Amino acid sequence: MKPAPFDYVMATSVADVVNHLAEDEREVKVLAGGQSLVPVLNMRLARPQVLVDITRVPDLQTIELTPDGELRIGAAVRQTDALEHPLVRRDWPAVVSAIRHIGHPQIRNSGTVCGSLAHADSSAELPAVAVLLDARIQVVSPRGSREVRAADFFLGTFTTDLAPDELVTAVHFPPSPAGTRHDVSEFTQRRGDFATVGVATRVARRADLLSECRAVFFGVGGTPVRVPTVEDVLVGSDPTTADWAAVATLLAEALSPPTDVHASAELRLELAATLLQRSILSAWELC
Amino acid sequence: MTIKKAAAPRSPVTPRLVEPTAWRHVDLEVNGSTVSTEVESRLLLSDFLRERLALTGTHVGCEQGACGACTVLLDGRAVRSCLTLAAACTGREVRTIEGLAEDSLHPVQQAFHDHHGLQCGFCTPGFVMSITELHEREEPVSEDELMDQLCGNICRCTGYRGIERAARQSVRVATEGGADDE
Ligand SMILES: Cc1cc2nc3c(=O)[nH]c(=O)nc-3n(C[C@H](O)[C@H](O)[C@H](O)COP(=O)(O)OP(=O)(O)OC[C@H]3O[C@@H](n4cnc5c(N)ncnc54)[C@H](O)[C@@H]3O)c2cc1C
Ligand code: FES
Ligand code: FES
Repeated sequence: MKPAPFDYVMATSVADVVNHLAEDEREVKVLAGGQSLVPVLNMRLARPQVLVDITRVPDLQTIELTPDGELRIGAAVRQTDALEHPLVRRDWPAVVSAIRHIGHPQIRNSGTVCGSLAHADSSAELPAVAVLLDARIQVVSPRGSREVRAADFFLGTFTTDLAPDELVTAVHFPPSPAGTRHDVSEFTQRRGDFATVGVATRVARRADLLSECRAVFFGVGGTPVRVPTVEDVLVGSDPTTADWAAVATLLAEALSPPTDVHASAELRLELAATLLQRSILSAWELC
Repeated sequence: MTIKKAAAPRSPVTPRLVEPTAWRHVDLEVNGSTVSTEVESRLLLSDFLRERLALTGTHVGCEQGACGACTVLLDGRAVRSCLTLAAACTGREVRTIEGLAEDSLHPVQQAFHDHHGLQCGFCTPGFVMSITELHEREEPVSEDELMDQLCGNICRCTGYRGIERAARQSVRVATEGGADDE
């Protein structure tokens, strides 16, 4: 199908975008890479009246290191650009792994990092990694700018803390604590599909035990999910000999994944437990 | 003289004024030629190529990014033309399957010919453009990258073996351990 009629604006500055979001009486939507929005338009599941294309705004096109040593990825940066960036490859391996799991290279050549966060698909990898790494999302609107912690940003499937007139300008990923290692593991029906279930993990090792263990699941509910009870039992254990059956029981108590055409809730729980073990052991081996 | 107005026929559908939609000017390069024209804002790049430029080699399957039949190169990168607005392509360079062969087949097309990489041919332009992105890359491509790229296109006929062989013939694949890998 073809999109319903709309007006298209190629924005030239952040102020220009904010102006359109604030002033235009019509229903305005931000267009980034279009890899989630255009399918929705083609299927006529949405009929915005104006699309404001942010990909040509120079201020949004950069990847840089902030004075605090954080990685700043602007809202027009495509997933491929981030994946190929030397700084990202060297110091943010979890971001690299997340992007490698996104669809196909042909999708990542257009899709943006921040667009994935703003879109907030419940099975998307980048929102989970944003939560894992304590990322902060930078937002502007006519009311000024603000910053939202990733943990507070995702409210439900396709639902975030963003107001309709707010623009994400960038995401900041703090550097990971020394000695931590990461992994992103997921189950997909076919290579490149959206994940049925996945998990992003971060661990550290001291005296052959886990001194840090963080796990953020995706595809198990509306938002990225952390399970504190599981993280607590794993810290202080040796993951190669841990009681993974007990961990699976804790997971089943904490998660209530959906049943849909792709998988039943039971299968999702089983996948969550299997992937958690696999992911933590992979990260552990890098320690 | 008076004209008697005929009674309006009753229509089962209430007539409704369709809002005139916005048009945008675009200047872009397509297969080396400059194209300068007006496009409706909502026009997809795939339809622009097929309907306005008669470049019907770019095929349209799903129009939701899943099948890859509509893949073209945009500034050298393989993208879905069904998820790209023509209006957004101003100042950019598009290459389609029609832009590959010169006097003889392009090496990627020749590889498809050599290895029976097609049957009905519906998916072929998309596969060829996806593989051309890697064919033109200077540094060698890892095994994983090659497979990821091929998985971005769907073929209902061949069973993929011929396509994979064609890709291996036309892309420089890094030998085990030599590539940048996770
Ligand atoms: C075949 C296919 C497979 C895919 N597989 C995966 C996958 O496995 N994992 C995955 O995570 N994703 C997947 N995606 C989605 C892809 O990652 C998208 O690129 C991403 O979700 C959205 O980014 P975008 O730049 O394309 O945003 P767009 O499609 O342009 O926008 C998406 C939404 O976010 C809003 N938005 C975008 N940027 C901003 C901003 N800066 N400020 C405010 N609002 C904004 C838009 O208004 C829109 O509502 C897939 C897509 C396709 C077509
Ligand atoms: S028609 Fe564009 S991906 Fe299927
Ligand atoms: S050759 Fe028929 S779909 Fe691929």
